[in-house]
Amino acid sequence: MNELRRAFLKKAGGFGSVAAAIAAGLLNPGAAFAAAWNTLAFTAKDPAEALKNAGYEGATDSSDIMIKAPDIAENGAVVPVSATSNIPGTTSMAIFVEKNPAPMIASFEFSNGAEPYISTRVKMAKTSIVRVAVQAGGKNYTTSREVKVTIGGCGG
Amino acid sequence: MAETMKMRATMEGDVADVKVLIQHPMDTGLMKDKKTDKLIPAHFINQVVATLNGKTVLESQWGVGIAKNPFIGFRIKGAKAGDKVAVNAVDNLGTKFDGEVVVS
Repeated sequence: MNELRRAFLKKAGGFGSVAAAIAAGLLNPGAAFAAAWNTLAFTAKDPAEALKNAGYEGATDSSDIMIKAPDIAENGAVVPVSATSNIPGTTSMAIFVEKNPAPMIASFEFSNGAEPYISTRVKMAKTSIVRVAVQAGGKNYTTSREVKVTIGGCGG
Repeated sequence: MAETMKMRATMEGDVADVKVLIQHPMDTGLMKDKKTDKLIPAHFINQVVATLNGKTVLESQWGVGIAKNPFIGFRIKGAKAGDKVAVNAVDNLGTKFDGEVVVS
């Protein structure tokens, strides 16, 4: 089984395309990783579609989600972003950079005491809206803020 | 491959503040190698799971938009000094990364 998988991955890697990444992403990497990688959300080019495919359709604006990010990022390749949800019962969170070739950055699911807080560093192709969506009590909420980028994170 | 992952977990009140750094190129598959003019294949971490004393606290999926040498910070309420925080990650080529740290 493992042998087959390796051979397949080798082959897939040879194409050197986004398609190869998608194919590889579809394979369940192991028991520790319960859910399959959300290919539909991560490959969506349209921010609204990415939001929808990630399971945050119809999210309402909320001022109880805080996004911490610089107003102006000098280097789009590394933009620190952190987000906190003050909505009680927040179970999951996703980060989007709307003008990126693939707007969906990451999704997070909190359990067993993890606070609805994430800090990370994202890539930004250009000045864009950074959007954070959360799910709490079966409802979707979102907030966004603009980050200006002086040097893009893709190419260059 | 513990040497590619750096972790720190410190108590702040009743919350453990966990910081994780992983060495990884996070290639998007959209950039060209300047020398060969060929696209660099996508190579990125796509799933990360964190546990506290073996219990899952955070499950995450990443796309290519996470910056190179990814950093992730999260907080676990109810953790205490001496607890074990472990992180398991895997990239789109199936390479696994793991790290473990004791909360201090």
